[in-house]
Amino acid sequence: MSTLDTPPPAVVTGKPAGRTTPRRPETRRRGEVSRGGALGSHGILIVASVIALFPVAWLVFLSLGPDKDDYLRPGGIWGKMTLDNYAFVLQETNFFDWLKSSLIVSLGTTVIGVLVAATTGYAVSRMRFPGYKKFMWVLLVTQMFPVAVLMVPMYQILSDLQLIDTYFGLILVYCSTAVPYCAWLMKGYFDTIPFEIDEAGRVDGLSPFGTFVRLILPLAKPGLAVAAFYSFITAFGEVAFATTFMLDDEKYTLAVGLQSFVSEHDSQRHLMAATAVLIAIPVSAFFYLVQKNLVAGLTAGGTKG
Amino acid sequence: MTVAIDRATGKRSGERPPRAGRAGRLKHAYQKYWYAFAMIVPVVVVLGVLVLYPLAYGFYLTLTDANSLNSARTIGVNEIEATYKFIGLDNYADILWGETSYDRFWSHFIWTIVWTAACVGLHYTIGLGLALLLNQKLRGRTFYRLILILPWAVPTFVTVFGWRFMLADAGIINSGLESLGLPTPLWLEDTFWQRFAAIMVNTWCGVPFMMVSLLGGLQSIDGTLYEAAEMDGATAWQRFRHVTLPGLRSVSSTVVLLGIIWTFNQFAVIFLLFGNTAPEAQILVTWAYQLGFGQQPRDFAQSAAYGMLLLAILIVFTSFYRRWLNRNEQQLAI
Repeated sequence: MSTLDTPPPAVVTGKPAGRTTPRRPETRRRGEVSRGGALGSHGILIVASVIALFPVAWLVFLSLGPDKDDYLRPGGIWGKMTLDNYAFVLQETNFFDWLKSSLIVSLGTTVIGVLVAATTGYAVSRMRFPGYKKFMWVLLVTQMFPVAVLMVPMYQILSDLQLIDTYFGLILVYCSTAVPYCAWLMKGYFDTIPFEIDEAGRVDGLSPFGTFVRLILPLAKPGLAVAAFYSFITAFGEVAFATTFMLDDEKYTLAVGLQSFVSEHDSQRHLMAATAVLIAIPVSAFFYLVQKNLVAGLTAGGTKG
Repeated sequence: MTVAIDRATGKRSGERPPRAGRAGRLKHAYQKYWYAFAMIVPVVVVLGVLVLYPLAYGFYLTLTDANSLNSARTIGVNEIEATYKFIGLDNYADILWGETSYDRFWSHFIWTIVWTAACVGLHYTIGLGLALLLNQKLRGRTFYRLILILPWAVPTFVTVFGWRFMLADAGIINSGLESLGLPTPLWLEDTFWQRFAAIMVNTWCGVPFMMVSLLGGLQSIDGTLYEAAEMDGATAWQRFRHVTLPGLRSVSSTVVLLGIIWTFNQFAVIFLLFGNTAPEAQILVTWAYQLGFGQQPRDFAQSAAYGMLLLAILIVFTSFYRRWLNRNEQQLAI
């Protein structure tokens, strides 16, 4: 079962280049570890890996037990492992409705967020206009909005507009965080594209907007992808707004649907575990594909001038 | 040339050091502000409509006694007009120093601070430790890294349920403790252990981000610095103290700030771990949610007021943090 969680270690690339050049082969090289140190390191890393892996592996294990109280008697699962929970979740519950809701809402947020924020990211990366500092400050502040700040007014406004329990309403709510977030991330990426390219564009007679569309945007695809991925994941995992604003259980997102196993259906934990695994596998797989770019994208805006 | 521009506009002289060859373009850009404005218009509109308007409306609500009984609502075919009234700053006064304000606000405030400090402290130290281990030339380190990222890869709302199974009364954790002859606390019922469990789960969720960020920071430190330090006879601890930590500064200050903001606002972990069952373990965010949406009648005004207070706390904190960084000549660039 753990094969599901651990992608093959074939992805080994991107080791730091400069530090490992063998300069003094006769002694221990820089960054190399003594035997005892290596043993200690391996020991700690193995313990940490087990801690990181265990809750997820445990969830997978419990999802194979057919009874809702099996999580209290895990020993009994060995004898009666079955995939029935998965079959039940896929066939008898609203799992696919929830998946659809999650995808509609997350993709909607992502598309709007990236489209709206792209030009802004460029503008704040390249141009120093009056009000620049204040604008950046606003972008930062919106990133630290606790859910509680917009929740009540948004609820009131959306119910006035009759948008409660609609996908569009939830997308609008998520855009309030996704848009500044994307602008922020993309600024970081645009900063890494040499300014000389803009200059070349100008020399060739392109307007700033033309430079952006024809030259910068194609170069910025990885940055756009990171911003898109981040807003997707954020919208996908959001709990508070989704719980409050989606009332119809066919429109629940996965995050809300998962909770409904406990509150409404008399704590069907075995089904819940199976659903959780079904959600976790594709998301984690996707995450592993892009994880290299994530941190770079996120910290670029913060660490570069 | 550059100086002239700076004087002409009368500002942003210290913002971005003028570099050779840029002066012409800068001037150009200044003449064409309107491009910049045209480009930020979409975001400004979105922020105005989706953030500032609700924020202003929310602030107005905090000055009223709105709740779900007196707000405008539709019951069947009947539209009922809102009947709440303006009460000024009473909500804030009530929250901050009204009767029982300690039980309602200050106890949660203290717990939120403890929660944030403990979580970010653990995230950072464990993350840094693991990053240092992974930064060695070690067999299988890519493999370790991939496993250690796992808690970050799985959505929080999924893993928190996994933890709930494990922390349940007769769950695996208590069975394990029992077989070792250790006491088996009621993780999901006893206030102290609820808080302990919340910190534990959130630490588990948050370490991978710190670890990966700091690992990126470690790998960008110039290796020759270590060589020079070793030549000068610096011990491992001295190299860590005087080369590694300063080299990590800009990454650290950014991820710590992000970590503090995220942890302070962390909703999912506590909400999903306890639901409504743990009034004492709620941090301010989940408590505000509970007031506005987790009880009947829903107290919209007080919930919104909590939201405003939370935002104020974060803004004040971030301003001080930035000033502190600037005084130490560090840049956060935000």
